[in-house]
Amino acid sequence: MTAGSSSTGTEIAKAVRQRRTSARVVIEASLATIKRRDPQLNAFTQVLSERALTAADRIDAIIAEGGDPGTLAGVPFAVKNLFDIAGVATLAGSKINRTRPAANADATLIRRLEAAGAILVGALNMGEYAYDFTGENAHFGASRNPHAPSHMSGGSSGGCGTAVASDMVPLALGSDTNGSIRVPSSLCGLFGLKPTYGGLSRAGTFPFVASLDHVGPLARSAADLAVAFDVMAGNDILDPVSARRNIEPVALKLAVGTAGLRIAIAGGYFRRGGHAGAFDAVDRAAAELGATQVIDIPLAAEARGAAYLITMSEAAGLHLQRLRERPQDFDPDVRDRLLAGAMIPAAWVVKAQKFRRAFQHQIAELFQQVDVLLAPSTPCRAPLIGQKSMILDGREVPVRPNLGVFTQPISFVGLPVVSVPVWTEGDALPIGVQVIAAPWREDHCLRVASVLEARGLATAPIAKEMAA
Amino acid sequence: MSADDFDAQAMIEAMSAFLKMPVAADYRPGVIANLKTAHAIAQAVLAVELPDEVEPAPVFSP
Repeated sequence: MTAGSSSTGTEIAKAVRQRRTSARVVIEASLATIKRRDPQLNAFTQVLSERALTAADRIDAIIAEGGDPGTLAGVPFAVKNLFDIAGVATLAGSKINRTRPAANADATLIRRLEAAGAILVGALNMGEYAYDFTGENAHFGASRNPHAPSHMSGGSSGGCGTAVASDMVPLALGSDTNGSIRVPSSLCGLFGLKPTYGGLSRAGTFPFVASLDHVGPLARSAADLAVAFDVMAGNDILDPVSARRNIEPVALKLAVGTAGLRIAIAGGYFRRGGHAGAFDAVDRAAAELGATQVIDIPLAAEARGAAYLITMSEAAGLHLQRLRERPQDFDPDVRDRLLAGAMIPAAWVVKAQKFRRAFQHQIAELFQQVDVLLAPSTPCRAPLIGQKSMILDGREVPVRPNLGVFTQPISFVGLPVVSVPVWTEGDALPIGVQVIAAPWREDHCLRVASVLEARGLATAPIAKEMAA
Repeated sequence: MSADDFDAQAMIEAMSAFLKMPVAADYRPGVIANLKTAHAIAQAVLAVELPDEVEPAPVFSP
């Protein structure tokens, strides 16, 4: 096999474990792909070649001694640069954080992936302080969409989308507060998992909105998401919202398929305000799954609005001192939202948090009737880099906040979601479909995603290389 | 009340002094646009009727 040219993470791990290749060969291939493609695509802010090669040799030594190198043996991965990496300053996409001291330890999820044999190769570009859906960044440049480099990768985990879709790495870790894993998954054509709120530890990540922050993987197959989730899940005392519950492994459940699952299409709010291609992708997924029921989700627009207000306010609170002292050092698009956020009345935020509780109860009742909901991940395919507005339902709206209209109400109540990539013949760019389940039912999302993948509807091809 | 029925410029003046957070003149158009968007979005959230007893979502566990 030629790892780093077409393999998924699970395929790489299998080949390494069976000694058909070595971890060193895999990592060298990954580093070579980064070196060749990243100058055009701008996914990485730091490549950790020495650390990665040392880790690869350690994995190969374990195998040579007959030991178990782990279920993700030799799998290269990279992390959004809000994850702490020992010895590296945690940038969170900002210029300001360059002056922070280097992290003295790796984030929990990096440690858990490496304990399973995966190998960290670097840190990835992102929208400043994660307040972004575009993948653009005034300090580091935009991470580009590998399928059409003049288009957005999506954000804020833009570098994750770019790196995985271009096969620099088969697996990346991102964060998702309002859609920041699902939006780049949609725009770059990847599988992305936003787990249940509290399902994966955020310890050792730079925060954005504590009430809404999630972290999770992006990959090119549902199986990769499942295996990565299994090795990363579990309580972490270092993250106060990390769930104190046993989270059952999901990878072995993928083979179950969709038998017994009640699948419906999210209606109302989730059928308006997007391009036809967004709804067509949902309809094709529904048809493949035999789902015909459409279920309205009342108050979804208000849920998005409440998430919007909580985000503005909490993020501004986090950055207030920096806004006072160094406003000129922020990305202008982020700064103006944060300055406005500092002026949001507390009463609005309390109301938004009360509404969140009420909406949670409403959604819990809905999941008595169905197991899985399908909705668009984004209202459109990837806009052009620099594009400020777009037309939705005949109205001109700003691109930046509106890429998240369909993801925001879902993460607001912490539901697990897998965004699956759908391609339409004749279109150069993919679009995602959200596969949404009840809390702690990542297995439902991943079973559906796996079936759509097996039937060829959801695919994550590597972007072809283009002349620089 | 529509999104434009408040004086965003005056609000910035007052709040920047209140918060000791200067807002430079060239930032103000962007801040005003964001305040107006937030104001418009908030109206629907504030209009939802909820019992007083509804517990806000964040719960602290000692």
